[in-house]
Amino acid sequence: MDPIRQITSRTVVLPVADVDTDQIIPARFLTTTSKDGLGKHLFADWRYQASGEPNPGFALNQPQAQGCRVLVADRNFGCGSSREHAPWALLDYGIAVVISSEFADIFRSNSLKNGLLPVLVEQDVLDWLLNNPGVEVSIDIASSTLLLPDGRSVEYPIDDFARYCLLEGVDQLGFLLKHAADINQFEENRSWTP
Amino acid sequence: MRSSNARTLFEKVWADHIVRPETTDTPAILYIDLHLIHEVTTPQAFTLLRSQGLKLRRPDLTLGTMDHSTPTTPVGSLQDIAVVAEGAAQQVAQMEANCREFGLELHGFDSLHRGIVHVIGPELGATQPGKTIVCGDSHTSTHGAFGALAFGIGTTEVGHVMATQCLLQRKPKTLQIEVRGNLARGVTAKDVILAIIGQIGVDGGTGHVIEYRGNTISAMDMDQRMTVCNMSIEAGARAGMIAPDDTTFEFLHGRPRAPQGADWERALERWRCLPSDSDAQFDKTVTVDASALQPMVTFGTNPGMVVGVNEPVPNRSDAGFRKALEYMQIPAGKPLTESAVDVVFVGSCTNSRLSDLQQAADVLRGRHVAKGVRMLVVPGSQQIKADAEAIGLDEVFRAAGAEWRESGCSMCLGMNGDTVAPGHLSVSTSNRNFEGRQGKGARTVLASPMTAAASAIVGRVADPRPFL
Repeated sequence: MDPIRQITSRTVVLPVADVDTDQIIPARFLTTTSKDGLGKHLFADWRYQASGEPNPGFALNQPQAQGCRVLVADRNFGCGSSREHAPWALLDYGIAVVISSEFADIFRSNSLKNGLLPVLVEQDVLDWLLNNPGVEVSIDIASSTLLLPDGRSVEYPIDDFARYCLLEGVDQLGFLLKHAADINQFEENRSWTP
Repeated sequence: MRSSNARTLFEKVWADHIVRPETTDTPAILYIDLHLIHEVTTPQAFTLLRSQGLKLRRPDLTLGTMDHSTPTTPVGSLQDIAVVAEGAAQQVAQMEANCREFGLELHGFDSLHRGIVHVIGPELGATQPGKTIVCGDSHTSTHGAFGALAFGIGTTEVGHVMATQCLLQRKPKTLQIEVRGNLARGVTAKDVILAIIGQIGVDGGTGHVIEYRGNTISAMDMDQRMTVCNMSIEAGARAGMIAPDDTTFEFLHGRPRAPQGADWERALERWRCLPSDSDAQFDKTVTVDASALQPMVTFGTNPGMVVGVNEPVPNRSDAGFRKALEYMQIPAGKPLTESAVDVVFVGSCTNSRLSDLQQAADVLRGRHVAKGVRMLVVPGSQQIKADAEAIGLDEVFRAAGAEWRESGCSMCLGMNGDTVAPGHLSVSTSNRNFEGRQGKGARTVLASPMTAAASAIVGRVADPRPFL
């Protein structure tokens, strides 16, 4: 994972609550055995018409949405299935940050493990972003702040360890493997075996 | 007054598995007792192990099967797979190869215990009170019915558990849901959990582990408790749990992976200490009166959009609500009993156990599926299939005009070719009515096995109670 310090981009707005991971990437695209190439299936059922042509009404297909790296969605983004293919698809498409007022637990965890940043904001900030699509925002990882175009600086909550991993590009598996002695000791000391 | 050491069921299981406690800087290292794996969310994790030259730390604590991508028509071996989708066949083949290479137990096509991963864990007795159980599947919450801490993880975490048998975790909050009252005839665990999600919302449990309590829950058998815990994730919760009791112990006793002899007695002693202390504190409490419930059906595109089967679909003006009704082609203000049904699916990790099949069969016995309706009955495991056939349930389904299939996830998410056609309305005993969940454009109504069977007979969404 590469270190991430700052992301600046215009926003693309998806004003839908409770977006589930079945929408982010439908189940029929989960037969892959690698992480790559899922971006073309991102939001497939909303993004493409039955003919396979792009749906002109969908947010991601707007000309001004091209190249946007920040997705703004209404509350409870990423609910449903635990499929990590959802953040993989967002990242492969080019999204680096999702802003919402609530994220589903597993999606949030999966995202952070892949360097996709979930930015949690209060409802009033979210409402402003939902109502002002296409604005340029900037996210500073070290200070955990979202900078809005009107100069407002909004601090967002993030686990210290998750932030450290983003900034340093730390592989969490490496961290766990370093504690092999603790794990051995736990297995030896516990009074019962599973 | 609260004694300082009063703990909830969750807190006891959590504390028993801390390898390194959490600090401000780092999450806890949590030890995992049982890792369930299947073909969809593991290929990339095996690739990671291979690329880093790592072994599976505890193959003995890992249990694999194939369920999502497998056909529900009879298959003797991999070579026989009528290729549903090239990718799915490749995924299944890779699962077999990976399990062979890393030396772990796989319940594949040759095993009587092949089935939905959340069905075979309990069936084998591998799911036990007080264990930590994870799987790359959100419905891992099912195993909480036994008093285990069980939750879904992503593929990166699957790799972490494979390599270290541990996960990095922050401690979630606790939510108790107190369910009281006797269930009326024709009302089941599925109706209870749908009503709960309707009450607290699809994000009502976010950040929490739920403990289901109260006399309604204690009166449930293990199949019903699994149905309730299964859908905890649909309320946004990390996990759902139910305190183990004699019902739990009777279910587990004698199962292949359950402790035997003196080990069983020692395990019982440990398990009996797990229930929440009487003065334990939860972060949040919700109370539900189950005595007033009727059979429930969903009308929208998430499980929280739910009404009693005879109640009118509510009306709201917000965009999300309008969009959901538009997708479902269901008018507000009228009950769902006016909606014509194309497909009925009985199955999934929510409702594919023997008692679920039995309930559907009891409604169908001596009756016939309405003309033009396709009904698919998919047992949760090959063992359940055999058990159902031993008591003649397959004959009831066939005589009624339903299809009797091999086990798997099947039409719950339609990865294996069992799908609902665009625009068709499905009454399904599964757990998700998301847009396109059962196939692109498919419209899904979630319901209990009895409601599903009644709907198959009538050809419209139907109240099962007149058929009991």
